[in-house]
Amino acid sequence: MASKEVLIEIQDASVRFNIASERIDNLKEYFIKLVKKELMFQEFLALKNICFQVRKGESWGIIGTNGSGKSTLLKLICGILKPFQGEVSVQGVIAPLIELGAGFDGDLTARENIFLNGAVLGYSKKYMQKHFEEIVEFAELKDFLDMPIKNYSSGMSARLGFSIATIVKPDILIVDEVLSVGDYAFQQKCEKRMKEMLKAGTTLLYVSHAIESVENLCKNVIWLEKGRIKQSGTAEKVCQDYIEQLK
Amino acid sequence: MNKIKKQISVCYQYRHLFQQLVSKDIKLKYRRSFLGYLWSILNPLFTMLVMIVVFSHMFRFDIENYPVYLIIGQTIFNFLNESTTMAIYSITGNAALIKKVYVPKYIFTISRVTSSMVNFLFSLLAMVLVFFFCGIQWNLHFLFIPMILLQVYVFCIGLGLFLAQAAVFFRDIQYIYNVLLTAWMYLTPIFYPIASLPEQLQDAIMMFNPMYDYIMQLRTIVLEGLFPNSSLILKGSIVAFFTLGIGLWSFFKSQDKFILYI
Repeated sequence: MASKEVLIEIQDASVRFNIASERIDNLKEYFIKLVKKELMFQEFLALKNICFQVRKGESWGIIGTNGSGKSTLLKLICGILKPFQGEVSVQGVIAPLIELGAGFDGDLTARENIFLNGAVLGYSKKYMQKHFEEIVEFAELKDFLDMPIKNYSSGMSARLGFSIATIVKPDILIVDEVLSVGDYAFQQKCEKRMKEMLKAGTTLLYVSHAIESVENLCKNVIWLEKGRIKQSGTAEKVCQDYIEQLK
Repeated sequence: MNKIKKQISVCYQYRHLFQQLVSKDIKLKYRRSFLGYLWSILNPLFTMLVMIVVFSHMFRFDIENYPVYLIIGQTIFNFLNESTTMAIYSITGNAALIKKVYVPKYIFTISRVTSSMVNFLFSLLAMVLVFFFCGIQWNLHFLFIPMILLQVYVFCIGLGLFLAQAAVFFRDIQYIYNVLLTAWMYLTPIFYPIASLPEQLQDAIMMFNPMYDYIMQLRTIVLEGLFPNSSLILKGSIVAFFTLGIGLWSFFKSQDKFILYI
């Protein structure tokens, strides 16, 4: 296992937010504060000194209470956030499922959105055309293709989003608590597909509050608390301790 | 150097997104209207007709072929107006997407300016119709027009990038810019001849208002049938690329902080 190449390497990374009680986003306030020398920012470290390594083919679950920094960690890996300190290096193609259908435009039809969302993920029109049938098939939305997506329910757009994001064969799949809106049958279908992708060598990072599904999908788990890694190790051990603590 | 190379390859990789965003803007503009895309020509054409009627009867200036003079200035300035105003909202308006997926952020700004450019090209078609009715003679210098468009386009991208990044940190920019734009419009000889201004103001406009350079280039070609003055072209291009440089520099400098403010 140790010989496999490292895909994600996070070294001593911290992410800083500024939670100034009143956000200064207009010029007048800015100058007043500047003159009064009150332009200090209240800092808040959402992640503190995280060290974390993922090798090819591994599956990691990320657990923790609300506000513990799970999503921040995923955003850091995706490149949406830049670390304030430390370094993050990622090799390979990432398919981020941080919010399904984030790239959807409500006024466009589902058909047009498939191409738009594919483009957001960096895929050409040709590539999407080739896989169009497959996407529609998986999402089971054949009858609603020409409907503007603003009329879709959240479950329906989640279906479409998941189908698009997983049609590509990414090196790293990042899933953040997105399947909870889908119905049971679709959740099963998604888990099955993620398992298939794991078998094919995709690396998985999975955030969920449903501990069972984390245990089911992931071999390893890290447990975040208040921005620090509280524990990391095999899924069974960490999940057990986590549940233990919540009691 | 390596960094620039990497940026260019990332940019190339996202060309499909760029294409999709531009076509989305155009598709959505006239969706559900009865005449659809036809509006892209009819809309500027009707606006031009109104402008011509208003200005030829109410505020007459002693200019030969006044409708053409007016339309050229108005259409080019309109492009600046539309593209930069849309660019201001390009980052804040796509906040949902920028927070969730990694995409090069300048794509949103540039695609907005580009979709305005497409609208501008449609207005040019309408303009050609006006030329035809006003009896403008076609001449070989017309072939230079794409170069004028390129100068304006580059200028607007630069300005748009600068405004878009500034608007993330200070939302006031949206309102201030609106006022500035109005002042800018009156300081550009769109419906009056520049000679009607005091001499000092004339010099200042020729010196500091790049819109004057672009509008004059097109007017020289269409109204006088001559090749535009090379100093106008040179100055127009230098200002355009300089603005692009400033826009890119300020955008890249601040783009990592966007996520904390949108």
